[in-house]
Amino acid sequence: MAEKSWLTDFPQMERGDLIAIRKTLDGAYRDFSREYGDVIEAVFDPLLNFLIWFERLLLQSPWWLVLGAITGLVYLASRSWKLSGSVVVALLAIGYFGMWDNTMRTLSMITVCTLLAIALGVPIGIAMARSDRVQNIVTPMLDVMQTMPAFVYLIPVVMLLGIGKIPGLIAVIIYAIPPVIRLTNLGIRLVDREVLEAATAYGANPFQRLFGVQLPLAMPTIMAGINQTIMMALAMVVIASMIGVKGLGQPVLKSITNQYFTLGLLNGLAIVVLAIIFDRVSQAWAKRSQKHLGELSHG
Amino acid sequence: MAEQALIEICELYKVFGKYPASVMSQVHEGAGKDELLAETGHTLGLRDINLKINRGEIFVIMGLSGSGKSTLIRHFNRLIDPTEGKILVDGVDVMELNKKELEQFRRHKMSMVFQRFGLLPHKTVLENVSYGLAVQGVKKPVRHQKATEWLETVGLKGYEQQYPSQLSGGQQQRVGLARALCTDAEILLMDEAFSALDPLIRSEMQDQLIELQDKLHKTIVFITHDLDEALRLGDKIAILKDGELVQQGKPEEILLNPATEYVEAFVKDVNRARALTVETVMNPPISRITANTIGEALEQMKKLPEDYGYYVNEDGYQGILLQETLEQAAEDNAEAALNETLIEELEAVSPDAILESVIPETLDTEYHLPVVDEEGSLQGELSRSNLAEVLGDSSRQAA
Repeated sequence: MAEKSWLTDFPQMERGDLIAIRKTLDGAYRDFSREYGDVIEAVFDPLLNFLIWFERLLLQSPWWLVLGAITGLVYLASRSWKLSGSVVVALLAIGYFGMWDNTMRTLSMITVCTLLAIALGVPIGIAMARSDRVQNIVTPMLDVMQTMPAFVYLIPVVMLLGIGKIPGLIAVIIYAIPPVIRLTNLGIRLVDREVLEAATAYGANPFQRLFGVQLPLAMPTIMAGINQTIMMALAMVVIASMIGVKGLGQPVLKSITNQYFTLGLLNGLAIVVLAIIFDRVSQAWAKRSQKHLGELSHG
Repeated sequence: MAEQALIEICELYKVFGKYPASVMSQVHEGAGKDELLAETGHTLGLRDINLKINRGEIFVIMGLSGSGKSTLIRHFNRLIDPTEGKILVDGVDVMELNKKELEQFRRHKMSMVFQRFGLLPHKTVLENVSYGLAVQGVKKPVRHQKATEWLETVGLKGYEQQYPSQLSGGQQQRVGLARALCTDAEILLMDEAFSALDPLIRSEMQDQLIELQDKLHKTIVFITHDLDEALRLGDKIAILKDGELVQQGKPEEILLNPATEYVEAFVKDVNRARALTVETVMNPPISRITANTIGEALEQMKKLPEDYGYYVNEDGYQGILLQETLEQAAEDNAEAALNETLIEELEAVSPDAILESVIPETLDTEYHLPVVDEEGSLQGELSRSNLAEVLGDSSRQAA
C-alpha cells in the first residue's frame, strides 16, 4: 500500500489514542457509578416508592373502579359527556383485548413523568424568561436533549442506576421535558409589556407580577407545552421498555423481535388511545380555564 | 413661585444603550442625537429636562412620536431609571428609594393610565378596578365596594362581571381611569390615555376628565401628541422635541407666543377660535363712562376714540350710551341726570368665553363688545379687529 497522505485521507488521530480516551472516560465513569451509584439510587428511592405505589393502586383496584375514576376525572376536566363516553368505550376495548394491565402500567408511568416534567420544567422556564443569560445557557442544552438519540443517554443512566423504573423515568423526562420549558419561557416573554408595566406601576412586587399577571397570561402557551410533553412521553414508552420499563412498550418490543404484526398493532393502538385521551382532556381543560378569552379573541 | 411644586424634575438625562454613563461627557458637551448615535451607538432619549408641576394642576407634556414623552412620564414612577438627574415628588427624592420603598411609593402616591389600557385580560372589570388595592393587600369586600363606587362614577355600572375583551375601547379606558382613581393616589399619570380612542369618544372622555378634576383636584400629568387635546385639558403645557423641552407655559402663551419655529409650525393648525378665551385677546376697557349727568357724560365721551361708551355705575355695567342720543338729550337739558331711557342695551360677553362662541355676537353689532365678569365689572372690550387679528393670523399662515 502506498504511503497515506493527508491529501487523500482525512488526518485521523492514532487508533491507540482513541482507545485510550475511551478507556479512560469509560473507566472513570464506571468508577464513579460504582462509587456513588448506591447513593444516587437512594436519592431516587422516594420517587421509586411513589411510582410503585401508584402503579399498584391502578393495578390492584377493581378495573371498574379505576374506569369510573378515570371517567370522573375526564368529566371534571372537560365537562363534556361526549368525551367522557368515548373514553369509557376506548378503555373497555383496551381491556377486552387483554391490554388492561399494561395500559395501567403505562398510564401510571406517564402520569408521574408528566407531573415531574411540569414540576421541573415550569420553574426552569420561568428562570429562563427572567434572565437572558439563563436562556442562553439552557437553550443549547434543550437542543441537545431533543436531538441526541435516546439510546445514547440511556447508556450512562443504565450504567449508573441499572435497568428498571427510575432509569426509564429519567430517560422519558429528558426526552419529554423540553417543550414545557421552551413554551413556559416563550409564554412569559410574550406577555403584553403594557399589562406588566401597569402591574409594576401599581406597585406589584415580583411575586405578585409572576403569579398575578405573567403565569396566568402565559397559561395557554404553557398548556400547549404540557400537551406536547405528554405526547413525547408517550412516544418514549417503547424505547423505555428496552431498559425494563413494563407497560405497553414491552409487547411492542417483543413484536418487533418476533414479527408479531397484530400484537404490535394492538398495543400501538392502545398507546394512541392513551395519547388521544390525554390530549383531548388537557386541551378541553385548558380551554375551559381560559374563559376570559371568550368568543371574541379566540374561536 | 411661592407655591411649592409637587413634582420637580431637575436636569434629567436619559441615554439608551449599552454603556450610557460612558457617553454622558459627550452629551454634556452638546453632542446631537444623530451625532451620538453615529459615533457611539447610544440613543439620546431625554436631554436636560427641568419641570415643576404644582399641586392640583393638569400638566400636559406634548410631543410627536419619538420626542421622548412616554419615556419622560415613565421616569415619574421610575418604570425607567434616568441616566442622570433628580426627581423630587413631594420633597422626596425618588431616586433614593430602595425596592420596597419604591413599591410603596407606586402603590400610594401615583397611579397610571395607559394608551392601550393595560388591563388584565384574565380578570373581570371589577377585579381590574380594584387591582391597585389588591396589590396593597386590602381585603376583598372593602376593595370591591370601593371599585363598585368608582365604576359607577365613570359610568360603567352593571359591567362589573364582564371581562375587558367584552368592552369597547372607550369603556376599557374608563375601566383604566377607574382603576387609577380607586387607589386615591394624589398624582395621576396619563400616557396618551385617549389617543387610541376615536374622536367622538375621545372628546367625551376629555369632558369626563375635566368634570372629575373639578371634583377631585388631582395632580395630573397628561401625555399627548394632539395639541387640541393639550390646549383643552392643560393648565400648563410643555412641548417636547427630540428629547428636549422646547417651551413650557400656559396654553395661550404657547399659542400666541411660540418660542421656536417648531412650536409655531405646531400651533398654526390649531383652531384658535376654539382654544382661546375672550380674555386673552380683548383690549383694555377705555370706553368707560361713569358720569352722573348728561353733560358730564358728553365730556367723557369726546375723549373716547369712538362715538359711544359703556355706562358703568356702582352696580357695574349697565349698557351702552350713544353720542347721538346724548347730544339730543343735552339740547333739552345738559344738567339732567342720566336716566335709563338713554341707555341702550348691549349684551356683554364673559372673559372666560371661548372665542368661537362669541363670533356671532361680534358680527351682529357695529359696536365693540363689552367684556364683563361675573361680578358685573367691565374687564375689557372685544372688537371685530381683535378677532380678525388672532384668527386671521393663523389662517394666513396655514394657507
